[in-house]
Amino acid sequence: MRQEELTIRPQGKTEEYFINMGPQHPATHGVLRLLLTLDGEIVKKVDPDLGYIHRSIEKMTEHDTYRQIVHLTDRMDYLSAHINNEAVCLAVEKGLEIEVSDRVKVVRTIMAELTRLSSHMLWWGVTGMDTGALTTFMYAFRDREMINDIFEETCGARLTMNYFVPGGMMWDIHPNFQKRVKAFLAHFKTKLPEYDLLLSDNVIFRKRTEGIGFLSKEDAISYGVTGPGARASGVHCDIRKKQPYSAYDRVEFKEIIGTVGDTFDRYRMRILEMWESMHIIEQLIDNIPEGEILEKTKAVIKLPKGEFYQRVETARGELGVNIISDGKKSPYRMHFRSPGFANLSVIDHVARGWKVGDLVAIMATFDFVIPDIDR
Amino acid sequence: MKNENIKAIIQSWAPDLEFTEDSKEYVTVVVPREHLRDFLRKLRDDEQTQLDYMFCLTGVDYPKYLEIIYHLESTTLGLVLVVKVRTEDREENCVIDTVSDLYRTAELNEREIFDLLGVRFEGHPDLRRLFLTEDWVGYPLRKDYVDPVNIVNR
Repeated sequence: MRQEELTIRPQGKTEEYFINMGPQHPATHGVLRLLLTLDGEIVKKVDPDLGYIHRSIEKMTEHDTYRQIVHLTDRMDYLSAHINNEAVCLAVEKGLEIEVSDRVKVVRTIMAELTRLSSHMLWWGVTGMDTGALTTFMYAFRDREMINDIFEETCGARLTMNYFVPGGMMWDIHPNFQKRVKAFLAHFKTKLPEYDLLLSDNVIFRKRTEGIGFLSKEDAISYGVTGPGARASGVHCDIRKKQPYSAYDRVEFKEIIGTVGDTFDRYRMRILEMWESMHIIEQLIDNIPEGEILEKTKAVIKLPKGEFYQRVETARGELGVNIISDGKKSPYRMHFRSPGFANLSVIDHVARGWKVGDLVAIMATFDFVIPDIDR
Repeated sequence: MKNENIKAIIQSWAPDLEFTEDSKEYVTVVVPREHLRDFLRKLRDDEQTQLDYMFCLTGVDYPKYLEIIYHLESTTLGLVLVVKVRTEDREENCVIDTVSDLYRTAELNEREIFDLLGVRFEGHPDLRRLFLTEDWVGYPLRKDYVDPVNIVNR
């Protein structure tokens, strides 16, 4: 129930006031500053102030070659590093009109789903922490460690992988890859129900999230919200289904769609998505076809004149890469449509009328990664 | 197939609109800036198109004008259309009507383009710098911008 309906106002008038949330607030998950206009504890307006870690990646791309640009992108949404790399690679491959082998496609899909799992795990941990349950963080990081080890073995890095390059992958998967992924899946299948026991069914957490922060389907579309945040409101926005790329057209999985559109529904989407991600990996892990690791490309890639757009589904929603090429070795202009930026724009709309504590819960379920917003 | 349909629909509305071949994937149409708002409202509300979701908004700096690229999609019909609009010049007439009331996502995106490219959006409710400070001079994503502190020459 909204607070206005409950409060019995004392005689005399109340006054609205400003308060800064961030840039060093733990619940903003990075250096994001929100200028809140409050009436008592009720949020009247949220005005995001951005740019604390803006690195001007779009300007840097105008000086870099296409191979170099790939390495910039995993600094945007660092929790979806593989998927960001994949997006640029697919866009460049679209421009060069080359098709990667089935092996590359399947490995890219497995890596992307592992990334999604690892991102959702971290999100689950910090969501618990935002709402006052510190234990979840430890649980999530314990399981996430296994994925990081798998990445480290094959890619050499744990966070910013840089494993995909235009035309394929840098090198083949590690001989242990399949064994360890299967071991992880077996482990995580026993642990994911624990997540439900620990947080999803927790009375305090349910009271903090159920019936809080509604987002309607029409508003979600108009504000350009994507990812689990929009799917909870009933929007079919999964790019993996709409415009399948890599190996998503050959695997069977459900697009998780919610009905309520409240904070708990957005939470539930991601838990269910983790099951679907595991289901996708299971279908592919035993059937990685043989094939070329890297298609032959020129040392310095030059895209033909024109525009090349690639959409992918990261853990947070739709990432779009728009390359405008004038035929040189660097793009004339490159734009990233980042999911976090669009999701942030809806915060003001969703949080109005709710309390500051609810705002923290709402923000947690939109899962912001600030470098992704600031780019 | 879908793309050809949307091209035919638009040509039935306005036969003299210019289509470009920049993108092989999506139909791209250039709209005169005075008709932008009417055109986008029709695209959004018409039964045949229902382009209700703006998934990307890009600003590009060209030597003589700036170009704004709207990527539109229909969440019900699955159509995609790219709409382009150009400013008159790069200096005092660098103005385009806002579409932030038609597509709410444009509000923050237009602020970003104003901040980094200097396109003023007429009618925008809150056109301020987004990433940079209020007293910043120049628009960094323009091709002729020179950063006096961090000079990059490559």
